[in-house]
Amino acid sequence: MNIDLQAREIKTLRNTYSHVAKVVGNDKPASRYQEATYGAQPMANFHYRPTWDPAHQIFDASRSQLVLADWSVLKDPRQFYYASWAMARARQQETMEANFHFVESRGMVDKIHEAQRRQSLQVLMPLRHVAWGANMNNASICAYGYGNVFTAPAMFHAMDNLGIAQYLTRLGLTLDEPSVLDDGKQAWLDDPHWQPLRRLVEDTLVVQDPFELFVAQNLVLDGLLYPLVYGSFVDDHIALQGGTAVAMLTAFMPEWHDESARWVDAVVKTAAAESDANRTLITNWVQTWTESALEALAPVARLALGEVGARALDDAAALLFERCRKAGVRG
Amino acid sequence: MSNVFIAFQHNEESRPLVDAIVADNPTAVVVHSPGLVKIDAPNRLQIRRATIEEQTGRPYDLQQLHVNLVTLSGYIDEDDDQLTLSWTH
Repeated sequence: MNIDLQAREIKTLRNTYSHVAKVVGNDKPASRYQEATYGAQPMANFHYRPTWDPAHQIFDASRSQLVLADWSVLKDPRQFYYASWAMARARQQETMEANFHFVESRGMVDKIHEAQRRQSLQVLMPLRHVAWGANMNNASICAYGYGNVFTAPAMFHAMDNLGIAQYLTRLGLTLDEPSVLDDGKQAWLDDPHWQPLRRLVEDTLVVQDPFELFVAQNLVLDGLLYPLVYGSFVDDHIALQGGTAVAMLTAFMPEWHDESARWVDAVVKTAAAESDANRTLITNWVQTWTESALEALAPVARLALGEVGARALDDAAALLFERCRKAGVRG
Repeated sequence: MSNVFIAFQHNEESRPLVDAIVADNPTAVVVHSPGLVKIDAPNRLQIRRATIEEQTGRPYDLQQLHVNLVTLSGYIDEDDDQLTLSWTH
């Protein structure tokens, strides 16, 4: 008996789910990001209005003043859905573990000059609370925002900020005794250098409009804070004076900020491009919050960099203006 | 005038690669077969890291493509930013 085996190609009739095909077409297979993202936002048939907010449906675009015909246009250029985000962060986590191991196993902490070590802790420890505020705010954007295309990455962003707070905690424990965490909290609560920033963070915690909160926290505050702290302070100031270990233990933060800025900028750009009303609205938010944030960060810049602090903050502001310009809003 | 080609496993990881090749090489022809995606191009085919990064929105190391690479033909010229297949030495 002779058996002849042949490969037969079976053409797929449908390249993706019909609700995804409605958005991206059926001419080729949809990406995992598209299948995990499109059509997941509940939009109709809600049973009753939430007792805690009877003015809105449980999912309600009108919680923001921003108006979009379709909130699913706010795509994430990084194409993060849960799995791709978790895998990307797992890889970065391995790098950070290696950095911590390298610093600890080679006794690099003892090689930092006492003055630089103390100054690093003075600036970085209170930032645990700033990162926690960013975590809360992004969880709030996720809870009250509309469209899972926009709110899911906000939740990832919230968890990233929690991770950053934890890296700062570990840095404190590596560079000093556990009491340094309490000292950081005390400075956050009492030290005059930190009070304007604490006020700003607490002001953001009660912002009701999810998109305004997105602009205030992710674009403006972080857009100024990260270049100032991890660029000017850690890389250009501490690392050059023998504090390479500090730069290694905070390596995740500037890398994460650059990566997530692509998402933040894309969201702002798309939202502003939809209508002049949106552009004006976002521009007003950017300008209001930039003014407050620059005021709040001035004493922090002074604490970190002394006399050159003001110039470093100007540099950070210039970077933010440039990002806003590219996104089509006036900073 | 002869073709160069490159073929990848047909999966989620090679999707941005194929999209980038199609974007950068207007003469490229994509041929699907079960589990495989093959791209033919007359004389020359270039894969650019920058284009892949536009597709994915994330940094890309060109060496990653070897994980899903099945076969290719042509002389290879590669560095950190591009991989070019051609018949010119």
